[in-house]
Amino acid sequence: MTINAPAKPPAAPPASRKRSPGIEASRARTAIILLLPTLIAIVLVAGFPLYRTIFFSAQEANLTTPGQATFIGLENFWFTTAEGIGLGFLQDPQWWTAVRNTLIFTVFSVFLETVFGMIIALVVNSAFAGRSFLRTAMLIPWAIPTVVSAQMWAYMYNDSFGLIGQGLLGGQALLADPSKAIWALIAVDVWKTTSFMALLILAGLQSLPGDMYEAADMDGASKWTQFWRMTLPLLRPALLVALVFRSLDALRVFDIMYVMLGANVAASTSMTGYARQQLIDNQLLGTGSAVSVAIFIIIMAIVVVYVTAFRVKFD
Amino acid sequence: MKKAIALVTLTAAIAASSQADAVQVTLACGTVGQELQLCKDGAARWAKKTGNTVKVFESPNLTNDRLGLYQQQLAAKSDAIDVYQLDIIWPGLLSQHFVDLKGKIPAAEVNAHFKSIIAADTVDGKLVAMPWFTDAGLLYYRTDLLKKYGYSAAPKTWTELATMAKKIQDGEKKANSTFAGFVFQGKNYEGLTCDALEWLVSFGGGTIVDDSGKITINNANAAKAMDTAASWVKSISPAGVTTYGEEEARGIFQSGNAAFMRNWPYAWALGQSDDSKVKGKIGVAPLPSGGNGNAATLGGWNLGVSMYSKNQAAAIDLVRYLTSAEEQKIRAVEGAYNPTRPALYKDQAVLKANPFFGSLLDVFTSAVARPSGPTKLKYNQVSQAFAGAVSDVMAGKTKGEAAVKKLETDLARIKGRGW
Repeated sequence: MTINAPAKPPAAPPASRKRSPGIEASRARTAIILLLPTLIAIVLVAGFPLYRTIFFSAQEANLTTPGQATFIGLENFWFTTAEGIGLGFLQDPQWWTAVRNTLIFTVFSVFLETVFGMIIALVVNSAFAGRSFLRTAMLIPWAIPTVVSAQMWAYMYNDSFGLIGQGLLGGQALLADPSKAIWALIAVDVWKTTSFMALLILAGLQSLPGDMYEAADMDGASKWTQFWRMTLPLLRPALLVALVFRSLDALRVFDIMYVMLGANVAASTSMTGYARQQLIDNQLLGTGSAVSVAIFIIIMAIVVVYVTAFRVKFD
Repeated sequence: MKKAIALVTLTAAIAASSQADAVQVTLACGTVGQELQLCKDGAARWAKKTGNTVKVFESPNLTNDRLGLYQQQLAAKSDAIDVYQLDIIWPGLLSQHFVDLKGKIPAAEVNAHFKSIIAADTVDGKLVAMPWFTDAGLLYYRTDLLKKYGYSAAPKTWTELATMAKKIQDGEKKANSTFAGFVFQGKNYEGLTCDALEWLVSFGGGTIVDDSGKITINNANAAKAMDTAASWVKSISPAGVTTYGEEEARGIFQSGNAAFMRNWPYAWALGQSDDSKVKGKIGVAPLPSGGNGNAATLGGWNLGVSMYSKNQAAAIDLVRYLTSAEEQKIRAVEGAYNPTRPALYKDQAVLKANPFFGSLLDVFTSAVARPSGPTKLKYNQVSQAFAGAVSDVMAGKTKGEAAVKKLETDLARIKGRGW
């Protein structure tokens, strides 16, 4: 959606009263009027909480008494006391562990989901009996609420009665070992979200013209060449949008860690888990808000990198 | 229009007066074991007696999750819940949101409870909550297996426990590959803080932070306690013990897959229920000693009335009823929930249902409190740091000596400008 209003500001109303405004300007005005309710709603439900979060990130405040906040500037981020004790969350090693784990989680889960999603999309895009049934069935893991599927996987990983922990691995406790747990979590996310990725890629595949492939067949191009030289480049826009969506989701991941590892461990496994611990368990409204602002900035930065580096177009 | 409003008001007034002052009170109950059912039953008895109605709010299972939810409701001054079930470590944290029960409940009734618990419920002279049931860590063991492997009594020290658990485990593993020697709450959460505090105190390692607020964790005995616990993982305890809470440990013990278990008293009644595979084969003893006597962490739940409640009088009456001797007796008999009234420990019906109550009265009365008093609002952070350090030692990431040293630094960081 593009609004050209800034480029062509509507002429000052009193001066141009005699002349009817250009058709483009009136369209732009209609667009703004139609968008106004939405914009107001966004300001109310997103803008205000965002403002409060940024406001509290510069305060020392307690969750149970948000009214008694004192301004401390950037001390929630970085502050060293006279005794040399670092109080800012950027000085907390646990935060950096959480950042590292979130990045590992994002990179590997999104990569695997893209590869598997592509394979599944290519399969269900070809014509075979029961294709429409498969397309519906593959969405089941995605349709199950994450809290439910995460708990289900936690049971499956259990070392004394779990299908995987006891049955497949003979009593290994995957979730007990932090260095292995992250891979167990990636497996859960891949299981759950690959179908969503496949769906997005499938939508892209279906927009590709069929006669192009017929022509390529006539010219004797192999299926492999067709995939690399035609499908993949044409699929690029759809693929990139899917990648951006999934990366942002993965960076904000919370429920898988929280359900499967518990509040304390989740705080060193995901950035949002850390934010929740500061904000809720520790009641540090100021620090928690500062962490949330940091997460917001990190995600913003990654979006900007994506959009500029790959020239993603959203319109 | 005016007529209509007047009519509606009149009808409402008549309806209200005809029911005297019957109101609906919302009670937040815990859901561990049979807690929820007992909570509902107790509330129903009060409702029947007074003509009021009680709505039961089901709280999350883990105490950390519960606190998060409650704090949000209280910070928003929500009147959705009238009576909250408060963990013994919360009064200092939440005192400002609760009605002072002192003066509203007769002094004689308050004094009938354990003094230590009333003290923990009192913040700056304000009685934040009334004791509902108390808890202390206990050692559960399989009497049949002890006999089978030639033991006549429960272990007195942790070393003894490890030896016995190992022998039983090795023997039982031949028939049952998932059998474990000892299960406890090893997951990184508040429960681990409770378990580890018991190890610490029994080894003479202090209580993390002492009563004056001084950080005391960096000592050799504390390090030894952590290393000892770490040596159990994968030898007498399953590797997954570091992911178990109360209910996971109980599940394994109750299905006959463990020789020893550390848990709270509530596990007794469930272990004796008809669907339990170990019914009639359970013994209960004080937790073993590490050389400095045995120690049990004080737990327990209390009932407080929210300041934002619209029906405070009815809510206080509900609290008085639920904490009464009559109700605590029912809960002790049916659910093995420890009364907070010393008199009930001499009651024949209570002792018949829980034979160990009389002999373990010492354990309950001398239980060790977590450092929630001296660390005040920062208790949760202290507990997290402590549980995290213990968890790292148990996972083999670090050794006890290094862990307590790092923990001292972390705690200093949390203490910051003061508790």
